[in-house]
Amino acid sequence: MTIRLPRLSLPQLCAVALATLLLAACSSTPAPRGTGDLGLVIERASGQVAVVETTGRSRLATVQGLGDLSHAHVTYSRDGRYGYVFGRDGGLTKVDLLLGRIDRRVVQAGNSIGGSISQDGRLVVAQNYDPGGIRVFDADTLEPLSEVPAEYAPGFRSKVVGLADLPGQRFAYALFEAGEIWVTDLSDPRQPRTQRYPAGRQPYDALVTPDGRHFIAGLFGEDGLALLDLWHPEQGVRKILSGYGRGEQPLPVYKMPHLRGWAVAGDYAWLPAIGRHEVLVVDTRDWREVARVPVHSQPVFVMARPDGRQVWVNFAFPDNGKLQVIDTESRSVVETLEPGRAVLHMEFTPRGEAVWVSARDDDKVVVYDTETRRPLAELPAAKPSGIFFTSRAARTGF
Amino acid sequence: MNKLPPLALHVAVLLCVAFASAYASASVAGGGEPRLERQRELVRLVRQDCGSCHGLSLAGGLGPALLPAAVAEKPVELLVGTIMDGRPGTAMPGWSRFVSAPEAEWVVRQLIAGFPQDGGGQ
Repeated sequence: MTIRLPRLSLPQLCAVALATLLLAACSSTPAPRGTGDLGLVIERASGQVAVVETTGRSRLATVQGLGDLSHAHVTYSRDGRYGYVFGRDGGLTKVDLLLGRIDRRVVQAGNSIGGSISQDGRLVVAQNYDPGGIRVFDADTLEPLSEVPAEYAPGFRSKVVGLADLPGQRFAYALFEAGEIWVTDLSDPRQPRTQRYPAGRQPYDALVTPDGRHFIAGLFGEDGLALLDLWHPEQGVRKILSGYGRGEQPLPVYKMPHLRGWAVAGDYAWLPAIGRHEVLVVDTRDWREVARVPVHSQPVFVMARPDGRQVWVNFAFPDNGKLQVIDTESRSVVETLEPGRAVLHMEFTPRGEAVWVSARDDDKVVVYDTETRRPLAELPAAKPSGIFFTSRAARTGF
Repeated sequence: MNKLPPLALHVAVLLCVAFASAYASASVAGGGEPRLERQRELVRLVRQDCGSCHGLSLAGGLGPALLPAAVAEKPVELLVGTIMDGRPGTAMPGWSRFVSAPEAEWVVRQLIAGFPQDGGGQ
């Protein structure tokens, strides 16, 4: 049997061919999706990130070639589509979460610790250990625009820690060796203007409160934290929680705690005590200590659930196999969990019904229901560390 | 495994004897090297946990680089002492809770030679 094809003119043939091509293209394009439930999980030893979604709790893609991610941080474009991944080796990689691939990548320093994005989403700023300072990039193209070397005395450059975006295209950060807080105004991104404030001995990390008003640097070299009111920077830095160790010998610190705006729950900030098995609670209205909660070991991340009703805590080596949950009303530990070996990080889903926890030495991410504290899912991941959801895009200080 | 020169072997054996009483559960075998299983643990400890401050690749972080070029110029005893007792006034804690002095010395020698990757150990 033979099939008879209709006779077509050349223009008709072209039209048929074009229609066929378009149909084929359409069928291979996935349906459009939003970015609100997406995130990245760092797989630190293999220099790759997993693109994940928190609705079905699955991995959508794996993006490779991001360099040394032994310490990595992610900040998000305002539309949540791009994650800017700052690697230890100075790599700055713009990852497209929707397409599951690298959009752009530059190596911008020798040793980097993280970065942040401006209020208007146009500038990405990296904070570096070597050469110490911050560098400013166009968020679209990653074109370098300017830098502020952390040269605190002639010939001396400091490592930069605790970079936070502030309202008004400003960024605050702390200088480990210099013991200072710097605030840089990038209203003109090619002409940074910087103010310096003495802060205290060896600031190791910092946070800005969710309203962008108070910048707080944790101090390794002394008992206490440095607070700068950014509405009144002319008043300078004030010490809070001074002498929280009350002269006791601090324990050896095998891992530095991390500070971010997640510390704030309602009117209180929940802060890791360095060298102590305690979480410190401070009233953000007058910055006085109101309580200290004894915990399993030295806290690393002390994170409030988005509604502020719970605070979740993980711990430094060698006690990093446990997680504890503090009830913020009774200010006591209500749950101790053992998600796996070497719990490095956790991240709440945008409204906090679940928390994702990375267990590095068990090569998995465990998802818990925060209300029942039962595991909901486990995702295999290669030496996972940081977990970063796109809900950070809308938060000051992330 | 590289063969140690006789003098180094002698010193290593002496060190072992010296520390045997202090570290009853010492996992360092007679040849002055930790057992293979323990070597793997030490490699993981250095890469992952020392790596929190010194970097997974040991190229430095809040703590200084521990690459061969950086450590080779320093006396071995100083480096062993730093691992065991920490460096007061800095962020470096002592690790004597987790490693014995001969193990610390093994770590230092590996750092000088170029540190093994995690998951290897041999």
